[in-house]
Amino acid sequence: MDEGPGAVSPPTLAVWKFSSCDGCQLTLLHCEDELLQVAGRVRIAEFLEATSASVEGPYDVSLVEGSVTTPHEADRIREIRAQSRVLVAIGACATAGGIQALRNFADVAEFTRLVYATPDYISTLATSTPISAHVKVDLELRGCPIDRDQLLEAISALLAHRRPRLRAHSVCIECKRRGTPCLLVGGGVPCLGPVTAAGCGALCPSYGRGCFGCFGPQETPNPEPLIEAVGWGSDEAVRALRTFNAAAPAFRHASEAAAARGRIGGRR
Amino acid sequence: MTDDRVIAREDLDALFDALHRCGYTVVGPTVRDSTIRLAEIAGTRDLPAGVTDEQEAGRYRLAQREDAALFGFNLGPDSLKRWQLPPDRTVWRARRKPDGELTDFSTDARSGPAGMPDRIAYIGARACELHARAILERVLLGGNHPDPELRERADALIVIAVQCGEAGPTCFCASMGAGPKVTSGYDILLTELLDADHHVFIAATGSVRGEELLAEVPTRRAGSEELAAARATPARAAEQIQRKLDADWVKELLYAHLEHPEWESVAQRCLTCGNCTMVCPTCFCTSVEDVTDLTGEQVERRQQWDSCFAVDHSYMHGGGPARQSARSRYRQWMTHKLASWDDQFGTSGCVGCGRCITWCPVGIDITEEAQAIGAVTHGPARATPAKED
Repeated sequence: MDEGPGAVSPPTLAVWKFSSCDGCQLTLLHCEDELLQVAGRVRIAEFLEATSASVEGPYDVSLVEGSVTTPHEADRIREIRAQSRVLVAIGACATAGGIQALRNFADVAEFTRLVYATPDYISTLATSTPISAHVKVDLELRGCPIDRDQLLEAISALLAHRRPRLRAHSVCIECKRRGTPCLLVGGGVPCLGPVTAAGCGALCPSYGRGCFGCFGPQETPNPEPLIEAVGWGSDEAVRALRTFNAAAPAFRHASEAAAARGRIGGRR
Repeated sequence: MTDDRVIAREDLDALFDALHRCGYTVVGPTVRDSTIRLAEIAGTRDLPAGVTDEQEAGRYRLAQREDAALFGFNLGPDSLKRWQLPPDRTVWRARRKPDGELTDFSTDARSGPAGMPDRIAYIGARACELHARAILERVLLGGNHPDPELRERADALIVIAVQCGEAGPTCFCASMGAGPKVTSGYDILLTELLDADHHVFIAATGSVRGEELLAEVPTRRAGSEELAAARATPARAAEQIQRKLDADWVKELLYAHLEHPEWESVAQRCLTCGNCTMVCPTCFCTSVEDVTDLTGEQVERRQQWDSCFAVDHSYMHGGGPARQSARSRYRQWMTHKLASWDDQFGTSGCVGCGRCITWCPVGIDITEEAQAIGAVTHGPARATPAKED
């Protein structure tokens, strides 16, 4: 990365997978037109979704997909960190634990007993945790999956040694910029946009669907009044908040508070 | 200027035709996604005929009217701001040569995401919109270095205003001296008159351009009854206004109560989502950032609508964000709008359009907040439920 444009040796880029569905890695492949430009500016050292070729570290940039759910992964992320100059966590799994963080609210031993014929062979952790719970992360790209334009922006910024344009304000600001009328105020459609971080360009609302919150909590989320305004009961609020970013602290606290309300008052 | 004329409902399209012949894109209210939006419209067939809007704090719905009024609604979320200050635009672009020097520098960017036309005629502007236009124009163009592109947009704008005959529950323009009666700031002013067998528009002109345009539309002289009905129209709207804000005192009262407990109370409810600032017709904050592409050869300076409810908005080098709490951000927004705007630009920043009340997902009401802080010293107390259904 320290070599400027035109330097002889291009920076190396590695893409790593932890507990995840590969969707965020596929976002890089979906860059299509820009992919050749990316390939021209960096040397892809590790990217199993694209190539079986592998180059030894250290790496200038590592994109890390997935959460840490096994003891092996907890060790492996430390090795990757040690080999990476810049480490970018990509996607809801890597930044918040992902859907699999639903285990954090339950008993994993019980799951393994139910799912596997011989649970003794399973070595897994009680929780699914984001990369930042284990090593220092330099940049996070949110979303399930990540946004293509944000990924290209992050790579462009890293190549140009500038700060990437990544904002964590609400999705509402993106809806208004693109001219999407508010689904919640205008149609009573449940929408997590006001408590969710921007970055997707307000994609779902532009198709008439309320925001699912896949980018996780915005920078100063305040879910309680939103739950009240939408009219969600306890169960509905818990379901809305426990999807892609269930373990993100702000969503976790709000869903636990909603669950507690449900236990006290019954189904609202 | 000239005597008021009467345009029959069926002749109103001639006004669109005249504007199109002059090379204008007509922007006006039209129903899209169950909302009255401002968008490019071709003629009266695109106007929200027979449609009205029902507004409350945090709630907006369309409903059918019993008549076929073309302007029988109040306001949607859009304002002229979208054209005065496009939500996302390239300020300049350039190319970097291998030696690092910038070349092919261009400010002729005009490349908003919607490909916004630069010569527009805005039909349907209400009194609050005209006041908001002037306030925003003062902010954008009143300084020593006005943006030439925004200057051109402002100069080219033609305004066909419409007199309000009904007020919505979130309107408080009368308190802010910004309505409901249109008194200036238009090229043509229309007042819609409608009864069982009579659908006409009383047209007044406010500029030479307006006179020239109206000359291309079939009209007749207005009768005295029609003129009386036109005069009664904004008076009827004024009587329907429910919300109040004491504009004469609010500045001093807010300044005197910067530590009022209400700021904490509103912060408990505020989502810091920024919707109020986005729909406000005068909120002008933008972020300006330089963007490079993957090759590092193309560079653009981009300007986007931003909000004082975003943490980064108050980021200062070395100190981080100055306004971290929701309390400080809501207070900043409201005191700027109603108090320090006056110190900065010589007017209030609020026109009482009520959009921030309607489009707040949790229905926070700036007039109620002012009341809670003690700014409203008279006027009947309201007892409107924050949310029905």
